[in-house]
Amino acid sequence: MSSILIKGGHVVDPANNIDKTLDVFVKDGVICAVGENIAEAADEVIDAGGLTVAPGLIDLHVHFREPGYEYKEDIESGSRAAARGGVTTVVCMPNTNPPIDSRALVEYVMNRGKEAGLTNVLTCGCITKGQQGKELSEIGELCEAGAAGISDDGRPVISSSLMLRALEYSKMFGIPVMSHSEDLDLVDGGAMNDGYMSTYLGLKGIPKCAESAAVARDVLIAEECGGILHVCHVSTAGSIDAVRRAKQRGARITCETAPHYFSLTEKAVDGFNTNAKMNPPLRDESDAEAVKEGLRDGTIDAIATDHAPHDRDEKEIEFALAPNGIVGLETSLALSYTNLVMSGVLTLPQLIEKMSLNPARIINIDKGTLGVGKAADIVIFETENEFTVNTDEFASKNSNCPYDGMKLRGRVNTTILGGKIVYQR
Amino acid sequence: MLNNLLGLKETSADDITAILDDAEKFKKEVLQKDIKKSDALKGRSIITLFFENSTRTRVSFELASKYLGAAAANISAGGSSITKGESLIDTIKTLEAMAADVIIIRHSASGAPHLVAKHTESKIVNAGDGMNEHPTQALLDMMTIREKKGGIKGLKVAIVGDVKHSRVARSNIYGLSKLGAEVAVAGPSTLMPKGIEGLGVKAYYDVEKAIEGADVVMGLRIQLERQKKGLFPSVREYHKCFGVNKQRLRLAKPDAILMHPGPVNRGVELSADIVDGEQSVINEQVTNGVCVRMAALNMLAAGKRA
Repeated sequence: MSSILIKGGHVVDPANNIDKTLDVFVKDGVICAVGENIAEAADEVIDAGGLTVAPGLIDLHVHFREPGYEYKEDIESGSRAAARGGVTTVVCMPNTNPPIDSRALVEYVMNRGKEAGLTNVLTCGCITKGQQGKELSEIGELCEAGAAGISDDGRPVISSSLMLRALEYSKMFGIPVMSHSEDLDLVDGGAMNDGYMSTYLGLKGIPKCAESAAVARDVLIAEECGGILHVCHVSTAGSIDAVRRAKQRGARITCETAPHYFSLTEKAVDGFNTNAKMNPPLRDESDAEAVKEGLRDGTIDAIATDHAPHDRDEKEIEFALAPNGIVGLETSLALSYTNLVMSGVLTLPQLIEKMSLNPARIINIDKGTLGVGKAADIVIFETENEFTVNTDEFASKNSNCPYDGMKLRGRVNTTILGGKIVYQR
Repeated sequence: MLNNLLGLKETSADDITAILDDAEKFKKEVLQKDIKKSDALKGRSIITLFFENSTRTRVSFELASKYLGAAAANISAGGSSITKGESLIDTIKTLEAMAADVIIIRHSASGAPHLVAKHTESKIVNAGDGMNEHPTQALLDMMTIREKKGGIKGLKVAIVGDVKHSRVARSNIYGLSKLGAEVAVAGPSTLMPKGIEGLGVKAYYDVEKAIEGADVVMGLRIQLERQKKGLFPSVREYHKCFGVNKQRLRLAKPDAILMHPGPVNRGVELSADIVDGEQSVINEQVTNGVCVRMAALNMLAAGKRA
């Protein structure tokens, strides 16, 4: 295998408390040295002067749609989008067709990821067979096959007793229940956040408690049974507060938010913009502020995209009927850098912690660091110059998001996966 | 210049006033004549595309088209390719390909007219979209108010009932506010949408407070199914707490008018005596509906004012 020397970049590696200008030497797929003026001969030298060098991003929440919905995205196109976004490990959600509820399907997704070879493709298995919310799937076997966690993402586990059993059972295997916490009875067919904009547009609202009350339920269940709970895509002040209080009590709970919850508000829905429709829905200013505060004070451990591609025709319909979800892999770093680091919510090392180190810890993988001997998954990006998001350039099969034309900083230059360059701008 | 009539939130005060002026002219020059015929829209084609049941609005648009000499066709969703899974955009493009100058659309999904307007050269008129807007209803309400009160600026208008689900309320709030009226809304908390004050209105749970001193009292139709969904305990309690009756109407100005978009649930949102009482202008509203629709269609289809 070949070697790469990354010269003179601003190396940010929170696991080793590194935040300074250094060289990084990579050989045979692993980090061999991080230090000043490394003189090793390398097959390739990358001049990273003025650029940031960080462990590759780890995204705990993506939808690659394979098997079943390959017209939206497949594992190869999704992997290419990941590489373009500096993301070197993804966790696919299992709401495919069929849902990922067996060993064979977990292996299928991971193998397809290896074939594509552009990012580490991991997957969640389903909490319940067929995501039907009735019986537990074979969680032990899913774990053996390599599932990073279990989730019925896209739909909540409605039965509280089943959720209790899922948390009790999965803790034996040390994998998290990645919960899509939502009270569908409170959602009651709503299409966007219940607030000023839903009133203005005459769209049926989803109250915030549809998320917050469900998060509170799951947090309390996990706390009582000692389960490993990871709450997905939190978007409300109430949810964040429920997690914060549980953490203060010492519960083993983590949570993630998505870039759209601190970059946008419900105002983005104006004009019935289905590219601003997702679940949970965009909330108001006070929630966006609460998300930032949650990131700042450590309540929110991770930033994950909930990358959810949909075909153009599926989104170009009546707002209430349009599917939920926006793509995010190719904008997550820039949105996070621009809206969190530039505005002083997080330092750059804290951001890398939320986008790489913490996600690795949540799913218990030996990544998210530039430590010597670790796999050489690296992102190199620039923060000096503003760029304009052009969704036509996306590698994803779809561009359903409201970011086109947005001016951001934090553009990925190079993505290295296991010592191999998988993306170069 | 008006390209489409999607809602009054998208329509300027000047355009609203122009439609109301034209509507008055059409009332005198067409509707009140023995021979109700104008050539204003001769050679133009107007299609109503209704995905929700409607009699009065559809007939009102159809007559407005025909009085002005346009070729009019009606489609109701049940009998069309929509049930075969055709997308809304494809349906509109098909109608556009048949040279429709104006397509009047009613749909249960808020924003459906806005969606199709982006995909067609035909002019789009919103005849009611979900809970969003029903602009021609508000225009006919404003025409009626103008006729009875001589103007709109400075008037106090109380809108009472199921504000949350009402596209009539929203269009009236936007339109009346743009023309300088002071709007108050009232109804039970479960039927009051979040952040309604943000639209520039006063909101009350106490109906009497909203009605006090009003020049115009407008009742909204309550869908009786809302009770089954638990939004209010019973029709009886609704009428008692939130219905407009003779005593409550007395709190308004002595010359206040009583309006309702119809059809009225007598004894629920309005008591029967006031529906038929002196202050009621409900039937004139229906007449004026044809007039504002003539004006709006003329403005859009002819591309010029009458």
